[in-house]
Parts: sequence; C-alpha cells; structure tokens
Amino acid sequence: MSTARSRLDAFAVALARGVLRWRFLVIAAALVATALVAMNAANLGISNNYRVFFSKENPELTAFETFQATYTKNDNFLFVVRPVSEGAFDGETLEAVEALTAEAWKIPFSIRVDSITNFQSTRGVDDDLIVEDLVRDGASLPPEARAEKQAIALAEPILRDQLLTRDASVTAVNVVLQYPERDLTEVPAAAAAARDLRDRIKAEYPGIDVKLTGVSMLNNAFAESGMTDMMTLVPLMYLVVLIAAVVALRSLSGTFGTLLVITTSVLVAMGAAGLMRIDLTPISFSAPTVIMTLAVADSIHILISMRSAMRRGMAKLDALVEAIRVNFLAVSITSLTTIVGFLALNFSDAPPFWHLGNITAVGIAAAWVFSLTLLPAVISLLPMKVAVREGADTRSAMLRLADWVIARHKILLVGMVTASVALIAMIPTITFNDQWIKYFDERIEFRTESDVALQDFGLYPVEFSVPAGEAGGVSEPAFLERLEGFTEWLRTRPEVVHVYSLADIMQRLNKNMHGDDESYFRLPDDRELSAQYLLLYELSLPFGLDLNDRVNIDKSATRVTATLGDVTTKQTKAFLDASAAYIEANFPEGQRAKPTSAQVMFTYITDRNVQNMIGGTTIAILAISAIMVVALRSVSLGILSLVPNALPILTTFGLWALLVEQVGFSVATVASISLGIIVDDTVHFLTKYQRARRENGYGPEDAIRYAFDTVGVALIVNTVILALGFLVLTYSSFKMNVDLGLMTVIAIIFALILDFLLLPALLLIGRRQPVAADAAQSA
Amino acid sequence: MTIQTLRIMPLAALTALLMAAPSQAVDASNKGFEVAARSDRTDLGFGDSKVAFEMVLTNAAGDSTTREVSITTLEKESEEVGDRSLVLFSRPRDIRGTGLLSHAKILDPDDQWLYLPALKRVKRISSANKSGPFVGSEFAFEDITGQELNKYEYTWLREEPCGDLNCDVVERRPRYENSGYTRQLAWYDQTDFQIRKIEYYDRKSALLKTQHFEEYKLYDGQFWRSLLFRMENHQTGKKTNLVFSDYTFGVGLEERDFVKSVLTRQR
Repeated sequence: MSTARSRLDAFAVALARGVLRWRFLVIAAALVATALVAMNAANLGISNNYRVFFSKENPELTAFETFQATYTKNDNFLFVVRPVSEGAFDGETLEAVEALTAEAWKIPFSIRVDSITNFQSTRGVDDDLIVEDLVRDGASLPPEARAEKQAIALAEPILRDQLLTRDASVTAVNVVLQYPERDLTEVPAAAAAARDLRDRIKAEYPGIDVKLTGVSMLNNAFAESGMTDMMTLVPLMYLVVLIAAVVALRSLSGTFGTLLVITTSVLVAMGAAGLMRIDLTPISFSAPTVIMTLAVADSIHILISMRSAMRRGMAKLDALVEAIRVNFLAVSITSLTTIVGFLALNFSDAPPFWHLGNITAVGIAAAWVFSLTLLPAVISLLPMKVAVREGADTRSAMLRLADWVIARHKILLVGMVTASVALIAMIPTITFNDQWIKYFDERIEFRTESDVALQDFGLYPVEFSVPAGEAGGVSEPAFLERLEGFTEWLRTRPEVVHVYSLADIMQRLNKNMHGDDESYFRLPDDRELSAQYLLLYELSLPFGLDLNDRVNIDKSATRVTATLGDVTTKQTKAFLDASAAYIEANFPEGQRAKPTSAQVMFTYITDRNVQNMIGGTTIAILAISAIMVVALRSVSLGILSLVPNALPILTTFGLWALLVEQVGFSVATVASISLGIIVDDTVHFLTKYQRARRENGYGPEDAIRYAFDTVGVALIVNTVILALGFLVLTYSSFKMNVDLGLMTVIAIIFALILDFLLLPALLLIGRRQPVAADAAQSA
Repeated sequence: MTIQTLRIMPLAALTALLMAAPSQAVDASNKGFEVAARSDRTDLGFGDSKVAFEMVLTNAAGDSTTREVSITTLEKESEEVGDRSLVLFSRPRDIRGTGLLSHAKILDPDDQWLYLPALKRVKRISSANKSGPFVGSEFAFEDITGQELNKYEYTWLREEPCGDLNCDVVERRPRYENSGYTRQLAWYDQTDFQIRKIEYYDRKSALLKTQHFEEYKLYDGQFWRSLLFRMENHQTGKKTNLVFSDYTFGVGLEERDFVKSVLTRQR
C-alpha cells in the first residue's frame, strides 16, 4: 500500500532535485514558455453584446433572432430629456429635442431616430391628408400652438408613455441602430458618439438634464464593467496576496516567489484565452482574480512546509526538496479537483461561464506546474533564513480543538446536522432575479442613468409576433379585432407601461381618412379598406422607418410591443404566464403568439443555466468522488467524503435564501466551482487521517488528533486566503461576480467548519466499520 | 540656383495650388453637371410611357413577397418642372385599384393624390418626405420615377470601368430640404450615357443602399430603359427588385389624364 506512496514520494524528490540542479534552465524555460503563450492575449477581444450570455442553442435566443430577422432590430439608444423646470413642450426643450433628433441621425450605425418633434403626425382636413413632423422650429411657436401640439402628443398611443410622460414633463428620443457586427469597435464607437451628443446638449441647454440608456448602452456597459473590474480587482488581489504571503510566510523571498507564480499563471491563462479566441465578458474578466486566489494556495503550502522543515533544522535546499515531497500529492489532487469543478462550467448555457471555467482551468494547471518547478528554482536562488526553534503554540491549540471535538462528537453531530437541515430547508425560498440593468452597480454609468430613466419610462420590451394565418391576413377585420382586444388587455396589466400595436395605427388612419371624424376612431370593418390603409400608412412613413417594423413582409403577422416598467424576473414571469393564458383563450390555434425579447431571454436565463448545470455538477461530483476514492484508496472514505463536500454548498444556498433571498444566474455555477475548491479541505484532512490509521496504526480518535495536528493550521490559513480572494471578487461592479464570490466565500467557510466539527464526528460514529479491512482490500 | 529661390519655390507652388483649387472645383462641378445633363437629354422628348412591373421585396431573413404595379408617365419638357405619373396597384388583390397620382416638383414636396377604392374617395397627400420608402420597398418614390436634373448639385469625381463600359462617377448632393441622403454617387456610362449604378449615403455619410440598373433596352432607337432595378439596403440587409415588363411609348396621354378625377376611373 505504501509502495505507491513511496514511489510517488520518490518521484517528487527526483523532480525537486532535478529542478534544483537545472534551476537556471527551469527558470528560463518557464519564463520563455509563459511569454510565448501570453503573447496570444493580444487576440483577446472584449465582448459588447448581451447575446453572448446565451448559447446558440438557447431556445429564447433563437426565437428572438428569428423575430429580429423578420422585423426591425432592437438595438437602441434612449435619451431621456428632463427639463428642470418647465415641461417637454416648453420652447427651449423643444429646441433641444429638435437639435438632439437631428444630431442623433449622425450617430454611427443609427438607422432611425424617433422623438416628439419628428413624429409623423397625420391629420385629415376635408379631402386632404396631411403628414408632417409634429413639431418644426418649436422655439418659435406661440404658447397656444405648443399646447395644441402637446395635446396631440398626449393623445397619441405611440408617443404617450413611450416618448412622453403623461404629465408631459419628461420626453425621450429613441435611436434605433443596426450594427454590421463585423468587429468589436462598433458598439464603443456608437456609445462614445451618443455620450458626446448627450454632453453637448446638456452643455448647450443648462436647464435640461439628459440621461442615456438603451440596449446599446447595456452592451457597452458589459465591456466597461469588465474593464473597471480589471482595473480594480486585479490590483486589489495583488494587495491581498501580498499581505497574505507576508503574514503567512514572513519572508520577502517567499512573497516574491508566490507573486511570480501567480503572475505567470495568470499570463499563461490569458494567453490561452487568446488562443481560444475568447471575447471577454465581465464574468470571464474575473478569471485572473480567481486564478490568483487558487494559485496562491499551492505556493504558500509548499513554502510553509519548507520553512517549517528549516525550523526543524534542515538546510535550505533539503527543506525545499522535502516541501515538494510532502506537498506533491496534495497539491496535485487539489489542483485536479479544482480543474474538474471549473471545467464542469462548460455544461452551463452561458458561454461566459465556459470561458471562465476554461481560462481558470488553464491557470490552475499552470499554477500547479509553476509551483512545483519555477517556485523551487527561484526560491533556491533567493536568501531564506529561518531561526531553528520549536513552535508548539498552534499545535497545542489544534490538539485542544481535536480533543474538544472528540469529546463532544455526538452533540456536534446532532447540532451540525440539525443546523444544516434547517438551512437546507430554506433553499426553496430563493428567488431568481435577473434584471439586467441591476447587473451593474452604481460605479457603472449605465446603471445610474437607467435607474433615472426607469422612473419615467419602461426599458424592458416584450415582443409578440401575432400571426394572422395567411398572407395579407393582418387586414382581416376579425384578426384586427382580436389584436385590439389583446392590445387593450395588455394595457390593463400593471407591469405594462406602454403598448405599441397596429390596432392603434389602423384606428387613427380610419379617423384621418374620414376628415378626422372622431366617430371613425375605430377599426375598419372591411379587409380591403384595411389593406389600403396599410398601403397609405406605408406611403406616409418617413425615412428610416418602414412597415416591416410592425408587419412582416407578406403581411401574415404583426408585431405588438409591450414595454414593461421596473419589474423583477418574478413579475415578468407572472406577466408572461398571464399573456400566454390570454392568448390561449382568445386566439385560434396557429395564431398564438409567443413572447420574445432580451427581457424574455433574461427571465429564463437562470432556469436554463440551473437546468444545464444540474448535469454538469452531477458529473463534477462523480468525477471528484472518484478522485477522492483513488486518492484515499478507500471506497468507504470516498463516499463518506460526499457529506462534508456537498453539505457546505447546500447550506450556503440555505443561508443565502435566509439572508439575501434573491440570486441571479451565476447561482447555477456556484456548486461546481465551490465543490472543486472545498473538496481540498476534505482531501487534506482525510489523507492525514488515513495515513495515521494505516501507517501509524492509530485508532480513529488518535488519527483525528493527528489530522488536526498536521493540517489544521494549513487548512485555516488556506481558508482565510481563499475567502479573502473571493471576497475581492465581491468588489466587482458586476452582480453575477458579486453573487458568485460571496457564495463561494460562505461555502469555503462552511466547508472548514464542517470538516472540523462534523467530519470527525462522522468518522467516530462509523468507527465500528473495519477501515483496516477496507484498506487491506484495496492494497 | 541660389538658396533664396529654393525657399521661394515651395511658396510659389503653394500659391499656385491655392489659386488653382477653386477653379478645379468649379471645373469638377461643371463637368459633373454636364455628365448628368447629357444623360438627361437622351431621354428628352419621350412624351409618355406606360409599363407594368413586379416589385419583389426580400427581408433580412430571406422571406420575400411580390406586388404588381403599373406606372404611366407624362413627360414635362421643362427642366424646372417634374414629370406627371400615375401608379396603379393590381396585386395583392386587397389593394387592387389603389392609385397614386403624382405631380413631381423639383425642390418642393411633390403633389400627390391617393385613391383608395374601398373608401371610394380621393385624398390629397401632403407630405414633406421625399426619401421615405415607397410602399415597403427599399426604393424611395423619387428613386423609381426618375432623375430630375435640377434636384442636385454635382461634382465629377473620376472615370472608371463599369462592366463592359466606361463610366463617369459623379457625386450628387440633394438641393431640397428633408432629404434622407447627404449625397449619392452615380455611375453614368460614356457610351449610351445611362445611369448604371447609384450609391446612396445617409445623413451620417454612411453607405445606405446601392441601386443597380440592369437589362437596358433601347426603344424607338433613342430611349433607353432599364428593365431591372436592383436595390440593396446595406444597413438592414433588405432588398427590393423591380422587374419591368415591356415599355409602351406614345400612348397618347395628355395632361387631363393626370388629374385627380382620373383616379376613380381606374380598375
């Protein structure tokens, strides 16, 4: 049995000696290899499209892509214009809106600008149909004329609540964009132009505040959030590593070696990301922070062992070889399990998590190699002095903890299990919430501007492509009536701020074509008349707008847009369910519209990711358990290890439900990420326990004491470092990272508590099981 | 050569350049106008014409739909007045008989009358937008009905091959207000003087769409007509083809065939 271990030990020793003999070559090779891989980081792009959060197979995305190919695309800027004192139809405000409208046409990739001033107002005067901009040169209009225009705008369903508030105090200018989607500079270029325009208007009209939001700003915010994180988290993480290394190692050389390992690991990982042609997102931007957190542990384990060997009187190089020998297996296994946990992210529906998983896996593999090669080679060249002494304080503290746990193991078992069950029972109260505006914290301009915009306008459109059954069918009176019914029903919903529907346009045209006779403000009752109105409507549309914005090309379907206000995912789901029920009850089969839009995609993003990650996490658990069985060379201990490995994750979800309640879609990935990390504690503890029982012939109690004594401090140090690293992640400007970081911190701390307090109790309860016999079998 | 003359040389060159520049611009403008006018003159005196065409609309998803339309045109010989035209829809069935009568103006909004048979009434449409899309197509009405010489200012840019022919490339800038275009590039061939291609640039000077004029046919030995217009919108990915059947000239139309009361008599 111990032959395998001694063979492994022999290999580790040979490796360490080889590294030290060829240390200059090792250093040169490591640095050259790092540089060669890192060069590829030049290929990295920064993604600026919310669609990257959805896989190509995502059903909500494919539905929306089809929808967008049929009608006009939804990328937009929304300028919210808020005059400080007077209303939107104040002369100065109109002037500002006209200037903004004219200038917005010049924003790169814009195809259409809509505002209260360029709205194509239609009037019927006798046998004339007048189509004109609602406001032209508004500043020169007398107050009565402006009041009249305001009344027209407020009566217009297309404008009211969409581009003008009901009290006419705030207005908006909407810019529709069509990106060629050829390179990643398009969105930042458009966003820069839009911001510049906003700032120019604000400077020119000091009495008017302008906020800027819209899908294009959202897309731009993804890039900016990632960049902000890169600028803040990585330096912060270096600081944390520096402090952790100095405190844990009390050695400048050791700190330098550690920083070198984490830096090269991150460089290799990002270079590999470049090779994989990854476009970075705020989620994959967190990979360096995660890699640094996990990579630092390897180095610190090895250097602590080295220094403790030197403290025992060993010479520097011998201590280094000894440190590699005793840590080789643990560092290898913990790296492997963590890599498995991160690779399992490939099961997620969201490609950014694939990227995070793959980049981090490469980084951890690099850290594993570098901490066994580059680190000893560098350390051997640097001064390292340790006073020979007997450090007994912490040891006795850990032994006291072991005694305490052994004495109270039954109470601890009951207490831990009860507490765990109580927390786990809370899990069903977790609510999923993915409000994409709130993905960003207040450091990101998009968030603050959108929050203000949301006070007056809805920002979450939900689209329905309502089929009419046949080409030209949208003109059928029966269809239009159903459409109007649906439109009116949508308006009764509390979540809905605005509805844009062909039914409104038809009624208005019918009125216009009858000399603005109000009694004709109703749907035409004749298919031919409706079809001819549509033709008229098409003729009256201004540059940049066409009927395909509302009606598909063969007029067999029309688009209804319901814009939702400041709603949660839960409220959106309630709305979508209600609309599905309405459509089911009121539309014949084959004419039932399915809702689609970015909002719909984000509403189901957590469900999709949870669904997909259940499979991924299951495979990760199986793989990691198999690694445990092999590492411990015991099936029963391997299975037992499932308890301290799984419980921290489940109790974390429970505590989250209790304290935070809401969670975004990164929750789906927490289990597999933290599993790979927290399993390390169990590996360390059980390996030592096993060694004591098999090699030293200890009974379970003494083996537990031995485990506490040998790895207790290392586990605490490790937990503190990991917790600090993931705490750094909670400083991210992107909520998914904050959730992920905080949950992982909780899981890591719970894992330590359960390994110290529950695992010994489990080992003692199961002591009647013949562990020795089991060992004999596998030997 | 002294040092002094060496210093003066660049200065002199610069002065010459500055003086030459404006006159070159004038030349390019004149030449651009000349090329356009030469093309316009080939069409002079056609009198009237009648043609039916299919309008095939294709969206970005590749779906397409067809409309059948006919158009009769009465030439106004003065370059200061636009032509008269009558557009009549025959398919799809539910818009059959719908007619649009247009008296084109050069710089002002066109006069337009629309007849909806289901409403049995003629409505005058007063609209300032000339470059809005024509009934869901990628064509503006003005892109179909013709190229009025005085709607634009011209600059001749260059000469280059276009297919088998050689073309003058001329930039045209709309003179009327409310145009959706900042400029257009038109390719006039040097053999038959016909337009082969137009590129339309939007308000931010980005390429919006390209129109190809294909399958030119010569009528009465003097009037060229393209029987296939292909328009592609580069920003939205939509396309429209106008597939013309044969033109008829000398229909014998008069001014009174282009008054609003004529609309109700179609079908």
